[in-house]
Amino acid sequence: MSALLQVDGVSKRFGGLQAVADVSFHIEEGEILGLIGPNGAGKTTLFNVVNGVYKGEKGTITFAGQDITGLTPDKIVHLGIARTHQIVKPLAGMSVLENVTVGGCFGRAYLGLREAREAAMEVLQTVGMAERANIPARSLTIAGKKRLEVARALAARPKLLLLDEVLAGLTPTEIAQMIQLVRKIRDGGISVFMIEHVMQAIMQLSDRIVVLNFGQKLAEGTPTEVARDPQVIEAYLGDSEITEKLSEKTS
Amino acid sequence: MSGIMASMIDGLMVGSVYGLAAMGLSLIWGVMDVINLTHGAMIALGMFGMYLLFHAVAMNPYVLLLPVLAIGLMLGILVYWMSVHRVVGQPPLMSLLSTFSVNMMVIGIGTALWSTSPYNVNFSLRGVTVGAYTFTGNHIAATGAAVIIALGLQMFLYHTRPGKAIRAVADNREAAELMGISSTMVLTVAFGIGIALAMVSGALVSTLFPFTILSGAGYQLKSFVVTILAGLGKPFGALLAGVLLGLLEGAVTPFIAVSWIPLIEFGLFVVVLIFFPRGIFGRATA
Amino acid sequence: MIFRRLTFWLILALAAMFIILPLRGNNAALREDLILVAIAVTLVSNLNLMIGYTGYVNFGHIVFYGLGGYIGLYLVSERHWNLFLSAFVAGVLVSLVALLFGLGILRLRGAYFALATIGVLVAVNGFVANFNPWGRSTGMYLSFDAYQPLGGPMRALWTTYYLIIGVMALSLILSLAIKRSKFGLGLFAIREDEDAAVVLGINATVYKAIIYSISAFLPAIAGALMFYKNGMIDPSIAFEYMLSLEGIVMLMLGGQGTVVGAALGAGLYERLRSFLLTSPKLSNFHLVIAGGLLLLVVLFASGGIIGWLYRLLPRSREVIE
Repeated sequence: MSALLQVDGVSKRFGGLQAVADVSFHIEEGEILGLIGPNGAGKTTLFNVVNGVYKGEKGTITFAGQDITGLTPDKIVHLGIARTHQIVKPLAGMSVLENVTVGGCFGRAYLGLREAREAAMEVLQTVGMAERANIPARSLTIAGKKRLEVARALAARPKLLLLDEVLAGLTPTEIAQMIQLVRKIRDGGISVFMIEHVMQAIMQLSDRIVVLNFGQKLAEGTPTEVARDPQVIEAYLGDSEITEKLSEKTS
Repeated sequence: MSGIMASMIDGLMVGSVYGLAAMGLSLIWGVMDVINLTHGAMIALGMFGMYLLFHAVAMNPYVLLLPVLAIGLMLGILVYWMSVHRVVGQPPLMSLLSTFSVNMMVIGIGTALWSTSPYNVNFSLRGVTVGAYTFTGNHIAATGAAVIIALGLQMFLYHTRPGKAIRAVADNREAAELMGISSTMVLTVAFGIGIALAMVSGALVSTLFPFTILSGAGYQLKSFVVTILAGLGKPFGALLAGVLLGLLEGAVTPFIAVSWIPLIEFGLFVVVLIFFPRGIFGRATA
Repeated sequence: MIFRRLTFWLILALAAMFIILPLRGNNAALREDLILVAIAVTLVSNLNLMIGYTGYVNFGHIVFYGLGGYIGLYLVSERHWNLFLSAFVAGVLVSLVALLFGLGILRLRGAYFALATIGVLVAVNGFVANFNPWGRSTGMYLSFDAYQPLGGPMRALWTTYYLIIGVMALSLILSLAIKRSKFGLGLFAIREDEDAAVVLGINATVYKAIIYSISAFLPAIAGALMFYKNGMIDPSIAFEYMLSLEGIVMLMLGGQGTVVGAALGAGLYERLRSFLLTSPKLSNFHLVIAGGLLLLVVLFASGGIIGWLYRLLPRSREVIE
């Protein structure tokens, strides 16, 4: 059984800091894999290695049977992995529609300008931003910019979507909407790999979860398994809210 | 000693002045992430400043370095408020263009006042003779002045409160502000010091070689090369890298025409930028 | 599809104006004035591709013009090629040189790249000033019989003029076409956030190298034509740093990132400049005024005149590009 994404023994250091140490995991097709861990655990760094922004010193990454270790981000999105950023990166001077059009033009779909624009309108409908298509991206709220990141990534027609803290800074209503959207995305056939701090959300959404701490994989399993893992609880110790959430068995 | 040796020692001395100039550029770059394109024009103003002072007062030029420093500081503060303050947060393109426009204006006014004819500061210290070669006293004095000023800067940045405030802002502006440091004050002063250093290095150059209003451009290029070689932030790194550049020039000038030097420096600049983005001595460039 | 854009027809109208105006009374003085404007518009609209579209400041843009001039003049004067072929080959060769340099220096970001372009200018200037076959620092000049194939100096002058207008129109049309293309969208993305652009699938280094190379083509041809018309070239007039700087001022003044802005800025500034240069008191202050203008634009109106128009009348953004 070959996984959609296979990550084996990946390590990344910055000077004296080992940000990611010998991490291995896989993502099945159609799966939502959650990635959690305390701040500074190396989650975004791991994302950056998977999508080519950083080159790991060790390890291999295989996607849909192809070795993508060390490829540049533009090649990786062509192969089918798109991502959003924790700190949003809208193309500020361009409109919402243009932003998403860029995603469609240069992603895996690699559409021509007109098709990309049409596809972009469809994506904006899906994420519920169609009425805001022509406003400049810089004038969106944080929630809007986050949704734009997702729309832009979707326009690339990825097989795997990397979501980096897409719920941070959102109100409970916005969180609920985003959760619905992520489910819709997976139901549409796109696998999801997501970093999240909003425990309840990620417990609800994920089929499986990987836990990182100090760059190392601490645990891996279903949400229930992970919530019960004593090492995970200890890692989050001191954060009583999370410990509480973990000990509640969420369905 | 051989001719090349002598040329290299000379180059070493002149290089200390390159290092001094580069310190000014590097300080501004490190503190506010602005590439100061008035640098060359300010060096030229330093040359003319020394010339005018020397002709007005006929004192030892090395004493006149002090008023040049003071003028540089004030001029720097003026330039900061005129062209940098508004664009500090904006994309780097904007500060490039704004400092650049001030450069154009200064060169324009300078050309109107002094045309492009060469000028000279006629002052010679007695040289030192070793074997068949004489090292001019001016070169030796310039080196001394550069080292003293560099030491002064180092002391200021590491052992005084304003200096530490400047380093704090260079490190992390938001954190520094949260700690109560007025970043506007710091940026203003840092820019002032940067310009003062540029002017004083120009003043020193005026005692070494003839100059025109356009001479600053060549030294600006050298400053960029030195800053990239040294990485940002450490004054002594810039001084060392300047000396290195001077040595290199000294080793090469006996063999090739002077007009090739800017080309070689450009090549060096690009190569270092591409292969050593962190510089050879210092921390990462912006 | 660009034929449907109003801006396209504005460009053609502009070219028509340039052709027709000097025809009345065979006005050579007006022609000389307009040729300078046409060259400025050509240079500035190609510079716009780098600065306005991609967000990379090219300080040494004039190097393409000068190098094109040298290659063109050399081919006509020493190799006795005809003007059309020489100009075209000059354009191709300079674009190739630009591609080579570009692949090297375009790995550098923002400000570093800007500095490197000055270096390219200095390097090429230095090389040409020492290059024997091109006359080193004395340069080359064209003897009058070089104009015979075009029917003598008078007719050659007018032919060159029309060719330059053609190059100007092509430059503007090229900017319009790129602006509305997928390639252009990629450039704008790079301008907005290069890291995000790469993550979205744009190979930024290649895109930048390509546009740098494209931005060299028409200016090189313009250089070949202009120096042919002038009959002489040397390093100091081919690689005038000042012209590079003024190009930036013109672009910022008119409105970087827009097609019309490039032409507007070039036209207005050319007028200002010839006024300044002929006025006895102000000619020394030419550089000061240019610098002052640039500073004012950067501080208070970074979108230039067209940017200001867009803010005043948002609907104009769609129509006047």
